[in-house]
Amino acid sequence: MKVLMLGWELPPHNSGGLGVACYQMCKALSKKGVDIEFIVPYTADHGIDFMTVTPATPVTAQAILKSGIAYDSFKYILPDGTEEEVDLFTQADRYVRAVEQLATLGEFDLIHAHDWLTFRAALRAKEISGKPLIVHVHATEFDRAGGKSGNPMVHEIEYTGLLLADRIMAVSQLTKDIIVREYDIPADKIEVVHNSIDIDSYEQLDSHSAYPYLEQMKQQGYRIVTNVGRLTIQKGLYNLLLAAKEVIARAPKTIFLIVGSGEQYRELLQLSADLGIADHVVFTNFQRGKRWRDSFAVADLFVMPSVSEPFGLTPLEAIGWGTPVLVSKQSGVSEVIRNCLKVDFWDVNEMANQIAAVVCNEGLKNELHNQSYKEYTRLTWDNAASKMVDAYNHHILAGATA
Amino acid sequence: MKQQAICLYLHVHQPYRIKHYTIFDTGVDHNYFNDETPGVDTNNEFIIHKVAEKSYLPTNAVLQDLLEQHPDFKLSLSISGTVIEQFEAWAPDVLESFKKLVSTGRVEILAETYHHSLAFFYSRAEFEEQVAMHRKKIQDIFGLTPTVFRNTELSYNNDLAFWADKAGYKGIITEGWDKILGWRSPNFMYRPTYTDNIRLLMKNYRLSDDIAFRFGDRNWSEWPLTADKFADWLGAAGDNAQVYNLFMDYETFGEHQWADSGVFEFLKALPEYWKATRQDRTFMTLSEAIDNFDPVDKVDVPYTITWADTERDLSAWLGNSMQQQAINALYGLKDPIIQTGDWALIEDWRRLQTSDHFYYMCTKWFSDGDIHAYFSPYETPYEAFTNFMNAWHDLKFRLAVKGIEV
Repeated sequence: MKVLMLGWELPPHNSGGLGVACYQMCKALSKKGVDIEFIVPYTADHGIDFMTVTPATPVTAQAILKSGIAYDSFKYILPDGTEEEVDLFTQADRYVRAVEQLATLGEFDLIHAHDWLTFRAALRAKEISGKPLIVHVHATEFDRAGGKSGNPMVHEIEYTGLLLADRIMAVSQLTKDIIVREYDIPADKIEVVHNSIDIDSYEQLDSHSAYPYLEQMKQQGYRIVTNVGRLTIQKGLYNLLLAAKEVIARAPKTIFLIVGSGEQYRELLQLSADLGIADHVVFTNFQRGKRWRDSFAVADLFVMPSVSEPFGLTPLEAIGWGTPVLVSKQSGVSEVIRNCLKVDFWDVNEMANQIAAVVCNEGLKNELHNQSYKEYTRLTWDNAASKMVDAYNHHILAGATA
Repeated sequence: MKQQAICLYLHVHQPYRIKHYTIFDTGVDHNYFNDETPGVDTNNEFIIHKVAEKSYLPTNAVLQDLLEQHPDFKLSLSISGTVIEQFEAWAPDVLESFKKLVSTGRVEILAETYHHSLAFFYSRAEFEEQVAMHRKKIQDIFGLTPTVFRNTELSYNNDLAFWADKAGYKGIITEGWDKILGWRSPNFMYRPTYTDNIRLLMKNYRLSDDIAFRFGDRNWSEWPLTADKFADWLGAAGDNAQVYNLFMDYETFGEHQWADSGVFEFLKALPEYWKATRQDRTFMTLSEAIDNFDPVDKVDVPYTITWADTERDLSAWLGNSMQQQAINALYGLKDPIIQTGDWALIEDWRRLQTSDHFYYMCTKWFSDGDIHAYFSPYETPYEAFTNFMNAWHDLKFRLAVKGIEV
């Protein structure tokens, strides 16, 4: 079975959970014998051997570089050595052209496309090849806009893709509900395939933390509350800082570690100063590798307060690194993990109540992590991959809709 | 004539559930148990009304009928102090119906801790105080003095038996757990080791759980359980039995097993079928059984057992680090709280000792995703713990206001 997989990023060139989910999902699919060609919009070495990774590079460019930030512009290096900045929509256009021109397009049995940036290319591929199309929704514009309709152009592309796909896969029930409610797609066209985590793919922690200062503060009785994610409205950090003020008022030995970059950085920094808690909030910018791992590991509690989080991989990673989690009820991951604290993203007081409970009570922290870690070790992509293979077989047999 | 008796023992209890009590309430709102939100499971008045309607009133009506129709029908009850208070406040008709049962002279009431606590394992002085409080309450309400002791969740060990013997109780009860009994049957009178006078009655958990847990289970191979079938099972031991100790939660009737399961009809019919085939079959209260039967052996229980779940230990209450932290924190306040002499403060502290609070923090079933096994008014054990500890912090706040730093 040959599948044309259209995605926007893969590790180590990913900016967030989308790339990791695509990577781990494809690995599980390849174990089930699926032959995957994965098209990414940039040129890079991924060190992947279980599928073919093909860059959608137009002939004019020598190299395309992607910044670390999601939904950012791309940089082209042209044959004469000059550079060209390309915005996201233009890049998505070029991705369409590249996919259209794939010489192998006719050889695939099915097209599987991840999120709106690839949807137009996916529709062209379906049009040209006549093969069935599955679109996989990891996030909608509704989520990214923090529960509003967002950019109408993006919304329109998403709507068209959802409408014309033969099947839709949503990473959570929450996301399925949003697709039905905000995009008027019939529920029976959408299958929930919960994301998972490939726990064997994670490196072990080493003995020295990348945060010696925070480790020192912990020795002095401080507790660390961490968020790792983009500093953007979707992630709900504004409310986390409001809650932080209440926690710090009652448990002064609490430090909030905010790891990530994004357009809200200045606003959040200003807010922490306005709230009078700037000395208890540490911003670290976007991190990779050891610093990224240790951001989770140093924490006593990981908080993901997202306004709308289709799945949310970071809480699972936190559990894996030894830290219990508090997640918003508006997250897909809360459908997967029972032993976590859950709060409505808007309920600042309850968020503060639960954070304070963990930082003040070692027993709660330990039990919460012990129990969630048991769930974590049982997680695997195998179920998700089986569901996908079933869907592939069904739609290859049925053929594409006109 | 050699007799065989059913010792039916029903346990009546409701805790004071803690409302959603946050860190913002600590130091501000000193009422932990007063959730008045309509229809929620932490609204104690709502629960009392609900259970009264489903269980207490209809069950007492059946029991009253049985007492009137069958001169040898008898039973034993234990009623915690916390539930009696709630009946007094919100369901006096339920309390009246219990008094009416007791007034027949054929219903015994057992001794226990007023607050349905695990105090025996944490503070002997506090435990004895709560037992005394309960005795006084039972004397005031029912005009009788208990002579048989049950500890919370039928938790039991040699030390408890020793204590109860010295305290003058004629009997004590616990689980008829195989690991303790070995080849022996729970259907006989026993004597605890290291004691002089006291007798031990042990729950026949197979027969008891047929009613309490399996009665309404349509996947059970014996479903539907009828009174004549059950009476046959009791008769299977022939002469080789003295007592059939059917010990269970009172709320089995109507609450755990709903009326539409036929559990009331079962109860109504049981005495008739039980006595149908043999003249020597009867019912006894626990103290009556103690008076009638000699002990056949000594029973040694060096570690604590309970009547709970497959482990028959205290792990459902004290098995995880939250439960340990919470109960140690609570008993850690004992001396300063008692020294205040502030009755309202002491009483709130005691209400927090009720074992149910710790049970709600149990993670062992919750984690397995078996939501049916997680009986709790809270969504998660973590929420139960958080409410409890916030209330505990408020106790400390109230002590601090009195100038007592802990």
